[in-house]
Amino acid sequence: MINFRLIAAVLGLVIVGVVAFCAVFAGWIVPHDPFVQNLDGRMIPPLFMEGGQAGHFLGTDQLGRDYFSRLILGARISLLIGVATVITSGLIGITLGLLGGFFGGRVDDVVMFAITCRLSIPLILVALTVVGLVGSSLTVVVLTLGLLLWDRFAVVARTTTMQVRNLDYVAAAWASGCSVTHIILKEVLPNIVHHLVVVATLEMALAILLEAALSFLGLGVPPPLPSWGLMIAEAKDYMFFTPWVIMVPGIALFVLVLGINFLGDALRDILGATRDA
Amino acid sequence: MRAPAIEVRAVTRHFRQSTGLFTAARSVRAVDGVSFSVPTGSCFGIVGESGCGKSTLARLILGLHPPTGGEIVVEGQSLQAMDRRARARLIQPVFQDPFSSLNPRRRIRDIVGLPLAAQGTNPAQRDRQVDAMLERVGLSAEMGGRLPAQLSGGQRQRVAIARALVLRPRIVVCDEPTSALDVSVQAQILNLLAELRRDFGLTLVFISHNLAVVEHVCDEVAVMYLGRIVERAPTDTLFRAPAHPYTRALLASVLTPEPGLGIPDVGLGDSYPDPANIPPGCRFHPRCPIAEAGCSERDPSPRALDGREVACHLV
Repeated sequence: MINFRLIAAVLGLVIVGVVAFCAVFAGWIVPHDPFVQNLDGRMIPPLFMEGGQAGHFLGTDQLGRDYFSRLILGARISLLIGVATVITSGLIGITLGLLGGFFGGRVDDVVMFAITCRLSIPLILVALTVVGLVGSSLTVVVLTLGLLLWDRFAVVARTTTMQVRNLDYVAAAWASGCSVTHIILKEVLPNIVHHLVVVATLEMALAILLEAALSFLGLGVPPPLPSWGLMIAEAKDYMFFTPWVIMVPGIALFVLVLGINFLGDALRDILGATRDA
Repeated sequence: MRAPAIEVRAVTRHFRQSTGLFTAARSVRAVDGVSFSVPTGSCFGIVGESGCGKSTLARLILGLHPPTGGEIVVEGQSLQAMDRRARARLIQPVFQDPFSSLNPRRRIRDIVGLPLAAQGTNPAQRDRQVDAMLERVGLSAEMGGRLPAQLSGGQRQRVAIARALVLRPRIVVCDEPTSALDVSVQAQILNLLAELRRDFGLTLVFISHNLAVVEHVCDEVAVMYLGRIVERAPTDTLFRAPAHPYTRALLASVLTPEPGLGIPDVGLGDSYPDPANIPPGCRFHPRCPIAEAGCSERDPSPRALDGREVACHLV
């Protein structure tokens, strides 16, 4: 019997591990400076294709920059945006969801209203406006996504809190004389955290994809920073003649998002278990 | 006569239940004018069918819900005016389902030590007291390192009892403490409770739908029906000569161990009482086998009758 869950978990861990390693140690492992242009060596195909050159494993882009080096540095940007967005949106969403779910009544009405309002805001339009007003930068992208992607955290935290708050161990904690803060943080939060981890991985994948979309539209990370979305955007003009320029960052994006989702499922299985393995 | 440990004075608890956007919210009268007192050191039983408000009453006595009306006085102090820590030192719960009453993410030592932690006891002293209490309820101190999922139902209920007793409270409210357990374990838990009650001088409030258990454990029993106490009497009086027709039906509903007799017919019909829609007059009259015309008009108030209190016009 093949354990698909285990395979997916290991695969997810390897993918995210490799990308995280690239992101952290990008400065040491890039074979070339990702910003140095070489107009004589433009559009060199990858090594495994006809016409590939030994020095450039994944070839060069339209300005002769080493594509492999740009891809590695792009991993840093993508992960940075994913992690920073999830931390910002997680803090907002989990706080709102916990409060609404735990206290119910008027507090919950306010939280639900905030969630509904957030869901009616079109993300790309807001990003367009913000970039139009303050210009595009990494910080702006992270803040825009972080302040807008908290809805799923809030919804999941709220419903799971509602399930947990009526359980007897919460009543026992009340009867033990515990404070409200203690009950929310020590009794409720640890019992919903495995649901939130799954949301965090989904949101991280979503944030990375949204950053790619924003960069593709020219609203994300400003060039010459090599975000994967920006690489796709820059490559779209050449894709009919040299399709690999769009495939390389595209596949990287797909694999990373897949890996994050695998890892999220595995984390849910591990954290959801209440018995020591 | 000793001063009562608990005095419940005309307590009501209503819940608002909204049924939809365009319908008015209904008011569910879960507990509706209940009064009784429990002498120090005794065991007071509350019985009744599902939905009669006995668990709500338990939560009121524990201070987990504020009463809508009336007052609960514990050891001479009003429960509502009490600080949460002072209340915890005085009164503690044991819940029905030990699978939901223990936080699955905490180790046994932390679960039992939680009431001590809330009082601000230092960790070293806390661990000493927790280990002593675990051994007192028949568990070993090394179980403190385990998670609830690694324990059996009976062991979990022992943990819940240890948590309830670790502060040395005066009163323990047991809400169906054995009904989620295997029959073989029930007796062990009941004996443990009886033993601890004697050793610690506890006052017990014991809520159950299991009449045999109540008869075995309690000194005095109150029978609840739709948020009211319909009969309250010393245990042997109640079981020997039940006065209220509902008590009689309840006692008649106990299955006999004799095979072939089938399920007893208690003459209550198939209707199910709805606490959101309480009948006028005596709330038991639609199901009462001896009801008369006047029963649907006048609400009977409890009156004394040979050492007991009954709320019925006809007995």
